[in-house]
Amino acid sequence: MITKYSQSALNRAAALGSNPREVVQRLAWNRREFLRDAAGLVLGGALLSSGVASLAAATPKKRKIVVITFGGGARDQETIAPEGQEYIPHLMSELIPQSSFFTQVVNRGILGHYVATASLATGFYETVNNFASLPPEHPTAFEYFRKQLNRPSSDAWVVAPSNGFNRIGESSHPAYGQGTGATVVLPKHLLAAALASGSSDYEHLLRDNYETPFQVPELKGGGEFQLAQLDQLLKLSVDDFKAHARTLSSPDELSVYIVRQLMQKVAPSLLWITMHDIDIAHAGTYSLYVDGIKRTDRLCAEVWKMIQSEPEYAGNTTMFVLPDFGRDADEDAGGNGFQHHRTGGPLSRTTWMLAMGAGVREGVVYDRPVDATDLVPTLGAMMNFSTPHSQGKPIAELL
Amino acid sequence: MKPIDLKPESFQAYPPEARKLATDYLAALQTLPLSFLPSLLREVIDYDYKFPAERKALEGELANMRSLSAVNTPGLPQNAGHREWLGGFEQITLSPHLENLDWLNQPALYVEQLSSHLWTTHQQDAFRAAAMDYATRLRAAVPPEAPATPRLGIAVIGQGVDAYEGHLFRKLRPHGVYFNRIQPENGLPQLLAAVAARAKAHPAPYAHWYIDGGQPAEHDSAITCVSYGGLEAARNALLGKIGADTKQPGMGPEALRTHMAQLLPADLGRKSTDETLDRFQIRLLTEGSGTQIFSTSFTQWAAREALRRAQPLTMLVRFAPRQRQKPMSELLSAASAQTPVELDPLGSLVDGDMGAYYNWLNQQRLPGADRSSFLVWFEGHNTAVAIAPSLSTGTGSTTAGDLSQLLKWMA
Repeated sequence: MITKYSQSALNRAAALGSNPREVVQRLAWNRREFLRDAAGLVLGGALLSSGVASLAAATPKKRKIVVITFGGGARDQETIAPEGQEYIPHLMSELIPQSSFFTQVVNRGILGHYVATASLATGFYETVNNFASLPPEHPTAFEYFRKQLNRPSSDAWVVAPSNGFNRIGESSHPAYGQGTGATVVLPKHLLAAALASGSSDYEHLLRDNYETPFQVPELKGGGEFQLAQLDQLLKLSVDDFKAHARTLSSPDELSVYIVRQLMQKVAPSLLWITMHDIDIAHAGTYSLYVDGIKRTDRLCAEVWKMIQSEPEYAGNTTMFVLPDFGRDADEDAGGNGFQHHRTGGPLSRTTWMLAMGAGVREGVVYDRPVDATDLVPTLGAMMNFSTPHSQGKPIAELL
Repeated sequence: MKPIDLKPESFQAYPPEARKLATDYLAALQTLPLSFLPSLLREVIDYDYKFPAERKALEGELANMRSLSAVNTPGLPQNAGHREWLGGFEQITLSPHLENLDWLNQPALYVEQLSSHLWTTHQQDAFRAAAMDYATRLRAAVPPEAPATPRLGIAVIGQGVDAYEGHLFRKLRPHGVYFNRIQPENGLPQLLAAVAARAKAHPAPYAHWYIDGGQPAEHDSAITCVSYGGLEAARNALLGKIGADTKQPGMGPEALRTHMAQLLPADLGRKSTDETLDRFQIRLLTEGSGTQIFSTSFTQWAAREALRRAQPLTMLVRFAPRQRQKPMSELLSAASAQTPVELDPLGSLVDGDMGAYYNWLNQQRLPGADRSSFLVWFEGHNTAVAIAPSLSTGTGSTTAGDLSQLLKWMA
């Protein structure tokens, strides 16, 4: 049954007649179907009591964590649901079978990309303006990690799309803040700084915000700061960077190229990668949206291969992959399907997460709800730092 | 100002018919909570430029509101029925900033800021629940009027695509019959002739539509036509304004959105002969997302809004190839309009396939859904899906015929 328009009320706020019970039932159906289709996976509830501690044993090298936000908002039906699995072949065949997979990650906060990613990074539902260049108000995982474990700034990095994400590395919290968080690298800014003059060869890599035509905020130090990041931190010459960038096809590919440089030359223990190509969905073009999902799927597998091939990471790294949130349901008359994430409906709030690598059980599906704010306490429990300001709690199945 | 302070003269800035409507229902408006009232006023203030179907719906809603508040005295506790309908909205906490906004004369701006407030204060879910409850009650209390004849929706997708190996109509096939021996010759004129025949048989303002993602084909004057190509000058004017706005100091996304929402047809160079339709078209560009730059997005959104607002009896929607993806800053540049456009027919086919599904969903939200029909055709090819009460679901047919015959089978 299709939800009816509520006539003139429809155009009002959320008087937008979707039946949440139907959507929830649909979600549940999708998840059961996923369980059935992902052959070889075991339902996790039955395994909970069977000695998870042994999994955390024996990681002789210092543990590392890589978090990838499967960014820009992705719905179940274009990812893990039966009809969407064709768009994520790498996740389905390579990553999920090796992972502990959580089918219900619920985001109860604001569904804007910057603020939602900031909430993931702090474990607290932030309320900062999604389009302003502001830091999160609560301490980030990077700040907890560095302060409590006395780690240098080079040990926590964020690779992010440009829009506003330049402040995501550290909070405005009085006990933390400036200089205590992650180093944030914005690959598009690096590229823009590296280009002495505009070149049409690179414009496809400089795509930015899909929700507003406004360009990125000014960064400290302008181009010089970006070039210093290239030279001193990534040990990458401007010419090499430009030459490689020419071979790439999207901003997220540029981000993954920077990730490779970071892993090889800096090897941070806590590395956070935010993808964003998928958010082209805001332009209303379904083909470009699913192209973005396919690309992100491929890039996640590439990052996992990098982890396996880098001596600093192989064998001691846990990788998390999760969308920041979903998008509106086709059935919700208040939205326009995949295009936006504005209704706050169940499909837009509920997504999934996989965890794989060191200390994580392979091939297990957990079909219970976890909260988006549970990620930071889980990272803390894995890396031995506490997260006192987080609203979430550690995910027991991963500890 | 509080709702209870509303007086007839409060609506002086409203267009004449809207002013009369608001004054007629003043007693009811005075009783509404501020978390609800501006969203209703946003509809009222546009009353003069609304389509007949939405005018009728708004009148019905206001009459219902009056009956609910009939036994209320402003300032005194409301009766149980009123509380039942609006209690969820009463629970929403507003900020002093919101309360001090000019919600009376700028209800759209208020609603935008209310939305931001709801998200920030974690009241979005409560508001959504209140709104959905209200909508359910309203549908029961003011049942929508059945259409004069069963609706017919038609989507034409894939213009310019010679061959496609993918799986088309995946979402619509379960609801109808998949035909693979359609004779495509003269297909579009046949479909337009069918729309014209329905317009002649059931004449009513804005009841029969033709939306084209490119330049419109020749069509009967009784059909309401909107096209991406026909709005080229307005689109370029809008992109010029966006470009200029983004360079203004202090301008941000919210301010830009507000400015765009205030634009009228004349601001984009339109000389209006039909104010209702012109405002509708300009809103597609100023309120839609991607509609200014991608024809497939424009076409889908135009169909969605036309269905929602005008509730047409007939709608033919033809998707055309959109331009290829470029950096957003370039797509939004007015200068880019002067450069040759590189098209993406295959991507546009995928867009159109999903767009057709959304057209069907949106048509099914309207009254009379159980009697309505829908046809999607791969332009120039022999495949189509037909959905109609007379046809089975989830099946295929190898029966040969042209599109005129197919429409007859659907009747």
